[in-house]
Amino acid sequence: MSNTLLEVKRLKKHFAINNGLFKDKSYVKAVDNVSFSVMKGETFGIVGESGCGKSTTGRTILRLNELTSGEVLFDGQDISTLSYEDMRKARRKLQMVFQDPYASLNPKKTIRQILTEPLRVHGLFTKKEREEKAAEIIEIVGLHVSHLDRYPHEFSGGQRQRIGIARAVILQPDLIIADEPVSALDVSIQSQVINLLLRLQMDFNLTYIFISHDLGVVKHITDRVAVMYLGRIVELAKTEDLYDQPMHPYTQALLSAEPIRHPDQKRDRIILKGDVPSPVSPPSGCTFHTRCVSCMEICKTEIPLLEIMEDGRSVACHLYNKM
Amino acid sequence: MSQVSVEKRILYKTNERQNGKVVSLFKRLVKNPFGFLGFLVILSVCIVGLLAPIIAPFNPVETDLTKKLLAPMTEGHLLGTDQLGRDILSRIIYGTRISLLIGVTTVLFAGLIGTTVGVLAGYFRGWVDVVLMRIVDVQLSFPFILLVLIINAVLGTGLKNIMLSLIVVGWVSYARVIRSEVLAIREKEYIHSCFATGVPQWEIIVKHIMPNLFTPLIVLASLQVSTFIIAEASVSFLGFGVQPPTPAWGNMLNEGKNFILSSWWLITFPGLALVITTLGINLFGDWLRDELDPEMNQNR
Repeated sequence: MSNTLLEVKRLKKHFAINNGLFKDKSYVKAVDNVSFSVMKGETFGIVGESGCGKSTTGRTILRLNELTSGEVLFDGQDISTLSYEDMRKARRKLQMVFQDPYASLNPKKTIRQILTEPLRVHGLFTKKEREEKAAEIIEIVGLHVSHLDRYPHEFSGGQRQRIGIARAVILQPDLIIADEPVSALDVSIQSQVINLLLRLQMDFNLTYIFISHDLGVVKHITDRVAVMYLGRIVELAKTEDLYDQPMHPYTQALLSAEPIRHPDQKRDRIILKGDVPSPVSPPSGCTFHTRCVSCMEICKTEIPLLEIMEDGRSVACHLYNKM
Repeated sequence: MSQVSVEKRILYKTNERQNGKVVSLFKRLVKNPFGFLGFLVILSVCIVGLLAPIIAPFNPVETDLTKKLLAPMTEGHLLGTDQLGRDILSRIIYGTRISLLIGVTTVLFAGLIGTTVGVLAGYFRGWVDVVLMRIVDVQLSFPFILLVLIINAVLGTGLKNIMLSLIVVGWVSYARVIRSEVLAIREKEYIHSCFATGVPQWEIIVKHIMPNLFTPLIVLASLQVSTFIIAEASVSFLGFGVQPPTPAWGNMLNEGKNFILSSWWLITFPGLALVITTLGINLFGDWLRDELDPEMNQNR
C-alpha cells in the first residue's frame, strides 16, 4: 500500500462566465487548489454536498474538462499536459463509471458494441477475442450472454450501471473513477452494485476514486476520504478516523446529518446557518467561515492550509493550526 | 457455463446478424403497411421515369393546336391536353425523370454538404463554428431567387446549373439544424463516456454522433424533395429553369396555373403526381427513421 498510483497537485478548474460584451469575465472556482494522492489498491473517497466540486475534480483528472492549472501524475507521468492522442492512449489505464446509467450508454448501440468498443479503439485482441471478452465480462457483472445483442433501453437502471461498469473494467485499467455510481439507483440495487464494485476490485486489483454524497456508502467501502467544500478539500483522513472523530467543523456538521439507523437513538445535530455561498465570489479567508460555529477573526482573512497532523490526517482549519 | 457453449452462441448470433440483414430488413418493411406503401410509390415512380419512352402514349413535346385544352378522357388523351395540345399524361411521365432527378440529387448533395458543415461547427465549436455559421448567415441574407439568378446568370441556364443553384440554396438549412443537434448530442453523457474510454475523435463523430442525426435528417430531406421540385418551377418562371418544351412537373404547374379556372386538369394532374411522390417519400422516410431507432422497434 505504499506506492502512489495517482498524485494530484494543486489542481484548479475555473469555469469562465461571460457577463456580457463590456463586462469582465467572472470565474466559478469549481476546483481550487486540490491536492491529494491515491495509493495502489485503495479506495479513495471524495464526499461533499452538491456543487462542492467533487464531480468536477474527477472529470478534470480524466481531462473530460481541461484543467486550469495544476498537475496530475499517474504512475509518475504527468497526464495533464499530454496531447489528445497520447491522453487517448493513456486512458486505457484510467477509466470512469458515470453517474447516470440512463444517459451514459449510447441508445443506438447494442451492448456488444458498447463492450467491445474500448478494446477495439485501443487495438487490443482480434475481433473474435474481443467478442469472447465481452461475453466473459457480461457474465462477471451478473448479466447474461444473451443480453449482448440488446439495446440499452431494454435494461433497468441497475443493469445499465452493470454494463457501464463492465465497459470500464473490460480494459483492465489500474484506476477507475466512479462518479456517484449508485446515486441514481434504488436503494435495494445500490448494495448489489457496490458489492459488484468491491468484488471486481478484488478480482482485478483495481484502485477506485469513489465520488459520492452518500456518507453511509462512503463509510462502507472507502479506505481514505477527502471532504470537499466549495472547491477545496477541508479534511482528508482514514475513513475510520474521520467517521469516529471528525475534526473540521464542516465535517462535523456533515456527519451529524447522516441518518441514524435506530429511531430511539439521538444525536446532536449541527444545523448550519444559511446557504452555500456562491462559488463565483467565495468568502474571503476560510470559505466556510460564514457558516462555521467556531469562527474566529483569523478565519475571515486568512485561508487555512491543509496541514498534516501528527496522526497522518490533514485538516484545513485554523482551530488546529500548529502555532 | 462452459467456454465452448459461450463461443458457439456468439458465432451463431454473429452469422445470423450478417447473413439475414437485408432480407430481414425487407421482411420488416413488408410488415409495415405505410412504410411498404411508401416504398411501392417510390419504386413505381422510378420505374415510370425509367420506362418513360415505352409507357408514354404520345410524344410529350409534340404540339397540335387543333387539339388544345381537351378535357380528360377525350380522343384518347387520358388526362387531357394543354394549351398547345400536348398530352398531359405523357408530359407527366417524362417530367418524372427531370423532377425526380432534381429533387433527389439536390437533396442528396445539399444534405451532404450541410451535414458536414453542421457536424464540424457543432462538434469543434469555437472559431470553426463562428466562421462556418457566419458563412451560413451571409448566404441566408440573400433572397433565394436572387441567389439562383446570380448563379444562372454567371454559369448559364441548364439542368446542371439549376441543380447547382438549388444545392447552394439548400445546404444552409441542413447546416443550421444539424449544428444545433450536434451541440446537444455532444454534451450527452454517452459522448463524454466515449472520451473517457479513449475513442478517437473521428470515430466519436462518425460512429456516435452521426447515427443520432438520422431523425432530423430524414424529416428535413423528405420535406425538401418536394420543396425543390416546386422550386424548379419558380426558377422556370423566371426563365432560368428547365427550358420549354422539355416537361417537368414544376414548369407544368407553372404554365397550368394560367388556365386554372377554365381547364383545371392542366394543374391538377402534375400537382397530384407531386403530392403522391412526396407522400411516398415521407411514408418511407418515417419507416426508415423508426427502423434506425432501436427504441422504436422493440420486437425485432
